[in-house]
Amino acid sequence: MHTYPAWRLWLVAVVMAVALVLALPNVFGEAPALHLSRDDRAAFTEQSQAAVTGILEAKGIPVDATWLEGDRLVMRFDDANQQLAAREAIAQAAPREYLVALSQAPRMPGWMRAVGLQPMSLGLDLRGGVYFLYEVDVVGAVKQLLASMERDYRTLLRNERIPFTGIAADGNNGVRIDLRTGADVERVTAALRKQDPLITLEESRLGEGGSVTVRLTPDQVKQRQDFAIQQNITTLRNRVDELGVTEPIVARQGVDRITVQLPGVQDPNEALRVLGATATLEFRLVDDQNDAAEAERLGRAPLGSKLYRTREGGPVLLKREMIVSGEQLVDASSGFSEGQPAVFVKLDARGAAEMLDTTRENLGRPMAVVFIEKKRVTEAEPCGGLRSGTECTEEEVISVATIRGVFSSNFQITGLLAGEARELALLLRAGSLAAPLYIVEQRTVGPSLGQDNVTRGFQALMIGLAGMFIFLGIYYRRFGLVACVVLFMNMVLLTALMSMLQATLSLPGIAGIVLTVGMAADANVLIYERIREELRNGMSPHAAINGGFEKAFSAIADSNITTLIAGVVLFTFGTGPVRGFAVTLCLGILTSLFTAILGSRALIHVIWGRRRKLEALPI
Amino acid sequence: MEFFKQRTNFRFMPLRKRWYAISGVLIAASLLMIGIRGLNLGIDFTGGVVLELSFPQAADLDKVRGALATAGHEDATVQSFGTEREVLVRLLPKAGENTAAVGQDVLAAVQSYEPGVQLRRTEVVGAQIGKELGEQGALAALFAFLLILAYVAVRFQWKLAIGSIVAALHDPVLVLGFFAVTQLTFDLATLAAILAVVGYSLNDTVVVFDRIRERFVLTRKGEPAEIIDLAINDTLSRTLMTSITTLIAVVSLLIFAGDTLAGFAVALAVGVLVGTYSSIFVASSIALDLKLTARDLMPAQREKGTVDDMP
Repeated sequence: MHTYPAWRLWLVAVVMAVALVLALPNVFGEAPALHLSRDDRAAFTEQSQAAVTGILEAKGIPVDATWLEGDRLVMRFDDANQQLAAREAIAQAAPREYLVALSQAPRMPGWMRAVGLQPMSLGLDLRGGVYFLYEVDVVGAVKQLLASMERDYRTLLRNERIPFTGIAADGNNGVRIDLRTGADVERVTAALRKQDPLITLEESRLGEGGSVTVRLTPDQVKQRQDFAIQQNITTLRNRVDELGVTEPIVARQGVDRITVQLPGVQDPNEALRVLGATATLEFRLVDDQNDAAEAERLGRAPLGSKLYRTREGGPVLLKREMIVSGEQLVDASSGFSEGQPAVFVKLDARGAAEMLDTTRENLGRPMAVVFIEKKRVTEAEPCGGLRSGTECTEEEVISVATIRGVFSSNFQITGLLAGEARELALLLRAGSLAAPLYIVEQRTVGPSLGQDNVTRGFQALMIGLAGMFIFLGIYYRRFGLVACVVLFMNMVLLTALMSMLQATLSLPGIAGIVLTVGMAADANVLIYERIREELRNGMSPHAAINGGFEKAFSAIADSNITTLIAGVVLFTFGTGPVRGFAVTLCLGILTSLFTAILGSRALIHVIWGRRRKLEALPI
Repeated sequence: MEFFKQRTNFRFMPLRKRWYAISGVLIAASLLMIGIRGLNLGIDFTGGVVLELSFPQAADLDKVRGALATAGHEDATVQSFGTEREVLVRLLPKAGENTAAVGQDVLAAVQSYEPGVQLRRTEVVGAQIGKELGEQGALAALFAFLLILAYVAVRFQWKLAIGSIVAALHDPVLVLGFFAVTQLTFDLATLAAILAVVGYSLNDTVVVFDRIRERFVLTRKGEPAEIIDLAINDTLSRTLMTSITTLIAVVSLLIFAGDTLAGFAVALAVGVLVGTYSSIFVASSIALDLKLTARDLMPAQREKGTVDDMP
């Protein structure tokens, strides 16, 4: 009879019991589901939940389960047809109340959810989805800042009544103001310094004229770039939320990159368009003193006005001064007004005040809404004479309407197609991008491929395990069967750990599990070979078990630690598939150390250790 | 069941010139092949676009190529992937092109004559990113080597550390050589597999070294070469056993996990075979030629620490 501390037996028993519970949610798999959030971003209440279930009951669509998850309502269905029918029904019955996203939800029973159990989270390659890596155009961010400085200085000089011949970026992080007379240089510097005492200015006088250049310091440039990246992340997050994707990831990567992962998104192009879009609105007064057709014929607009085109292609003259721009919009939603698609907008305090003043002073005169979109020029979509790949700004007047009454913060805009109205509302809500984004990496996995990957990966794992079990059983007889139980324990423990940490399982991750299982068998092999050796050396069975475990320990520890080092390095430096593999490899090594050293010892002790008379070991 | 009914007593060390020669020839051949044919790098490293298309019935690859050529993608590589209905299209990056849109272009071109085609997967990697991923991978490998070298040197002895590192370098070179010969696609997953091979091979080597240390400490007398041979023989059935269990798992991946993991599984399978060879034949030979002796592996004199001996 050989002794083994009872606390270790208990430790193994307790750990395995906990692991079994933690791993259990994975057995049930996933089912089609809808994630609903309220359009006004408020949390779901009992009533709104009842309202939604009411809609589906009325249509006779069976719901498998319904529960609240944070601010969202999750409804699980038996199959994808019911899921789609439900989405349609909700969209018809309550068109502007909910954001509805198609997704998957765990099929586990409600009590598991109630106690906070979760299945492993699957990577994009297993559940389908889109991965984007954006590079933020930090140079563009600085250009945008310079452009806004340009605008500000124009207004400033106009207000100060200082004549200027031109204001433009000088291509070296500066904005140059050209003045008609050199004598105005002092006035300009004084005005600029009054606005910002720390401004860096360069003055020059040439003959009659003179100029002042406002230069950005390297610190200011860097600050602006950091701000642009942060701002873009926030905007992307908002847009992703608007898309209604469940469990999205938006994160900064490295200096100037942003990664976006959208599980379950099936149309990468819609996501791509919405995430990268720059559509916005501007409100301007129409110049009704001059003739637009005349301006078009001459090819130039009168002073203080700019020539625009309507959607139908006709010319229209608008005042250069803007009443309100898209940045002053705080909320927007889309819907219908008198049968036409419309965007309902709400302005911030400053915008509302501007709007109030303008409408009061211009009752009965026409006002225009300009729709502005920055696009990447492609061969399929040419834009003026611009080269492919460059950026092009498209400005269109979507509506011209007479100001019939005074209004300030809330109003509606018509003149768009339904889809455009929806997308514009979304973009206005989510905020604009502080700098242009470029896609540098994009990976899309269709949902059918994801499902295939799960099935195949799982199959490979099961067959590999079965093969190993058979081989171990033949080679080590009853001890081999113990090894099989230990390997199974290892799988359970690894699944539990992955579920608990919510580490993402990817296809390379499954490969990592398969490999760890192979190597977990190794720890058992080391122990059994040692026990056999001890037996060969004439030890008694009990002494052989003790000796086998003790002597194998250093080899098991050293060999696993070296592999763990490789795994940790892979995890630290790797990205994407390499990382997914490294996660399961590292966790697998830890669990296999536990199960092989403690678990297998405990099992062997329980089976053979307590027998007083043990003639031979079935090994 | 046992591989060896009797205690084996193979003599490995006296023949080590032969193992060096075999390894030397294999390494030279691998390097030569890598130099001449190069690796068939995937878009992870070169940048570019990969699309996996699913056809409703068996796809006619020539038609696909034709459709792509008409759309201006003459340089597209088109091959079947897994089944006859799945087709993999690969395009190299072109300067100034909006790579994100290329995927849609290609799909549209193919759908123009076969509307039932579905896009199963797209990957777009910018050329710059590809370069970075490659550099990152190389850096990861380098760090892994250095850390492992340090660990083995601390836990064992520097001569063994060098032996283990030579063995661990030996394996990925041969696997890379295999990829150069077969021209299988070398992507990020393959790189991960190669690093796993390094870990696996070290695992094997360390187990042998552990036994060598034990034998040296236990025997104290006898020629180092004989003692090392005894240690290798002690661990021989374990080495084979573990290779077989790991191979069972890897072959199962290769056969059942689908083409996405095929490169990964092949790299692992080759690596496990090579790693087994190197840990039996190469690692210990190097340590022996570095004049590994019993004294190198005596445990630090902990029992009679110097302080206690002071009067």
